[in-house]
Amino acid sequence: MATDITPDKNAEAESIGEINKYDFRTETEAVFKSQKGLNEEIVRQISAMKEEPEWMLEFRLKALEIFESKPMPEWGGDIDINFQDIYYYLKPTDGQEKSWDDVPEEIKETFDRLGIPEAERKFLAGVKAQFESEVVYGSVAEDLEKQGVIFTDTDTALKEHPELLREYFGTIIPSEDNKVSALNSAVWSGGSFIYVPPGVKIEFPLQAYFRINAQNMGQFERTLIIVDEGAEIHYVEGCTAPMYSSDSLHSAVVEVIVKKNARCRYTTIQNWANNIYNLVTKRAVCHADATMEWVDGNLGSQLTMKYPAVYMLEPGAHGEILSIAFAGNGQHQDAGAKLVHAAPHTTGQIISKSISKNGGRSSYRGLVRVEEGANHAKNNVVCDALILDPESRSDTYPYIEIMEQDVSIGHEASVSRIGEEQLFYLTSRGLSETEASAMIVNGFIEPLVKELPMEYAVELNRLIQLQMEGSVG
Amino acid sequence: MTHVLKIENLQVAVEGKPILRGVDLEIKHGETHALMGPNGSGKSTLGQAIMGHPKYEVTGGTITLDGEDLLEMEPDERARAGMFMAFQRPVAIPGVKMADFLRHSTTNVRNPERKEGEDLIPMKDFRRELKDKMQQLQMDMEFARRYVNDGFSGGEMKRAEILQLAMLQPKFAILDETDSGLDADAVRLASESIADIGREKMGLLIITHHDKLLVHNPPEFTHVMLGGRLVETGGSELAEELHANGYERIRAAYPEAEAENLAMAGE
Ligand SMILES: Nc1ncnc2c1ncn2[C@@H]1O[C@H](COP(=O)(O)OP(=O)(O)OP(=O)(O)O)[C@@H](O)[C@H]1O
Ligand SMILES: [Mg+2]
Repeated sequence: MATDITPDKNAEAESIGEINKYDFRTETEAVFKSQKGLNEEIVRQISAMKEEPEWMLEFRLKALEIFESKPMPEWGGDIDINFQDIYYYLKPTDGQEKSWDDVPEEIKETFDRLGIPEAERKFLAGVKAQFESEVVYGSVAEDLEKQGVIFTDTDTALKEHPELLREYFGTIIPSEDNKVSALNSAVWSGGSFIYVPPGVKIEFPLQAYFRINAQNMGQFERTLIIVDEGAEIHYVEGCTAPMYSSDSLHSAVVEVIVKKNARCRYTTIQNWANNIYNLVTKRAVCHADATMEWVDGNLGSQLTMKYPAVYMLEPGAHGEILSIAFAGNGQHQDAGAKLVHAAPHTTGQIISKSISKNGGRSSYRGLVRVEEGANHAKNNVVCDALILDPESRSDTYPYIEIMEQDVSIGHEASVSRIGEEQLFYLTSRGLSETEASAMIVNGFIEPLVKELPMEYAVELNRLIQLQMEGSVG
Repeated sequence: MTHVLKIENLQVAVEGKPILRGVDLEIKHGETHALMGPNGSGKSTLGQAIMGHPKYEVTGGTITLDGEDLLEMEPDERARAGMFMAFQRPVAIPGVKMADFLRHSTTNVRNPERKEGEDLIPMKDFRRELKDKMQQLQMDMEFARRYVNDGFSGGEMKRAEILQLAMLQPKFAILDETDSGLDADAVRLASESIADIGREKMGLLIITHHDKLLVHNPPEFTHVMLGGRLVETGGSELAEELHANGYERIRAAYPEAEAENLAMAGE
């Protein structure tokens, strides 16, 4: 253990008693003590610890200024976060100091019931920082590398592929975009970086490879994906096991560039613990004849605000967003989508399904914008909400802005309560009421679940079964 | 022991409105009963009440299966105890595959003690059995992958109900107009299948407005419902008479029940 050196006075005042736990040790033997709160000094330290180029430091500092100047959004959910009461950067190995005994009983039980393998449980509970996936997936990595695919964490990418980051980083979601994306830009760490060279089609979903990797699940992760002309990728992040963390705020930024004729599908399934604010900014730009699909499943958390976006910049671009939200007791899912038609002959589709139960609240918030000159744009929005009991709630906030005449726009929304007739039909054939309602709920989201890789679909169904039994969150 | 379904002085109301006004009916395992009567007389209501639909409130009387009080049981417990009803209008359940639903349902009915989350019957055995039954009913295997009653034609819906009857092998089955909405060939197939699956192997209560089903399944007893009461009971000749001449004689013979029937329909 290196000796303690306090980086500045404020830090000492803040973190006495926490010092050893959050020791930060660098290669030069200097010691960084993570401290709560956010100021210029901390941002500089983060950048220095990571030995970042000057431009990234400047990017962070500018983002910090923007963060401080922006108010929290007025809409969405109730956010009660003290930004000075958060650790913005922790040594990646901190997690290892936690012991399995510290993991709450109900989380362990859920792992059991979900049948999560032993090795993965410790990782998921934050007991183990890294899951040894190299052995299993090493050959896949080699194969990708041969094709020129870059797949690494974003910190490493900044070191090894500075030119790509310089060109694309922060171009899709500028720090000015919103308060939480500014915060992420100032203090980001981890996340995935993927570059798929022209014409390379990755046949399998990339989750098998990096499904479990601490770097991808940081508190302020930053993901950047570039799919070059004619290339194809399906990236999958997250997993259905509840993510247990003592941090109350998770704020990721995901930027995707889909070039001419390319395709990208980005699938997320997240199940956060009940104390978490999950405020995520995700946006893709789509060039000529390119396709971007977001498949987004949100469970758990105190409040999720997430509206994956696709900007269709050139003719023939297609953007699609499929989202599922499940709001249980004490949870608010404010999820939706944003599609911007910025060129003629672009097509977009939003399918959103939400389920509210036990006093949970889900909101669909969607924006469809057709810019001037984007003639022959076609867009269709379908949002269905299923409410399982009288205590629960669902709202729809569709925003439509159309600056062009010659377009075709459709919007359907439905809210249904779980049907007495459906329940009776199933129970009169021997299903218990719980089994029957889980089956109805699973049926309700089936059109989206069938888009998921097999094992995710199975896990999601099982998870919903558990939610229905009321034994989880 | 012969299983017995016994209904005594059953009174049922829907949304506070009385529908059944004292129905007595006893069905023994292996018997076939026909239940006839004009539209709106309460036939389906009897079926719903026997199965425990929450909207159909039992305001008086008893229903027992082998002496056990059915009214104390939830609908799924009634199914596990051996009760079944083929619905007059089966409801669609989008996104739920026939095969998944049937595997759950078959498992629970065969292992009445099964708790939620416990193993289902093995996929392989289930598939084989389902395939056999579907072949007998001349159903394409593709059908098992469709969503329960979702977008089914009238004929497909009724055939799916018979398939479930075949899989679940209940002690007592109520078939509520399982022959309606079928073309002539389909009615013959349905009637033969029901005879094959259920006749003498279950207690059958067949609700029908047509005669085909009863030709293949001649009832030992025919009951006529009017205004929420069983006003007459006879043999298969009563069913034949009603098919030939309609309900005019019945309506005239039981003016009080007829008035109640009109009143129910009028509201
Ligand atoms: N769920 C319900 N809600 C409201 N009224 C109902 C309901 N079910 C039955 N009824 C009423 O009860 C009466 C009897 O209906 P029921 O469906 O039992 O008749 P039925 O004999 O099966 O008629 P049909 O031959 O037309 O099928 C009718 O007046 C009907 O409107
Ligand atoms: Mg009826």
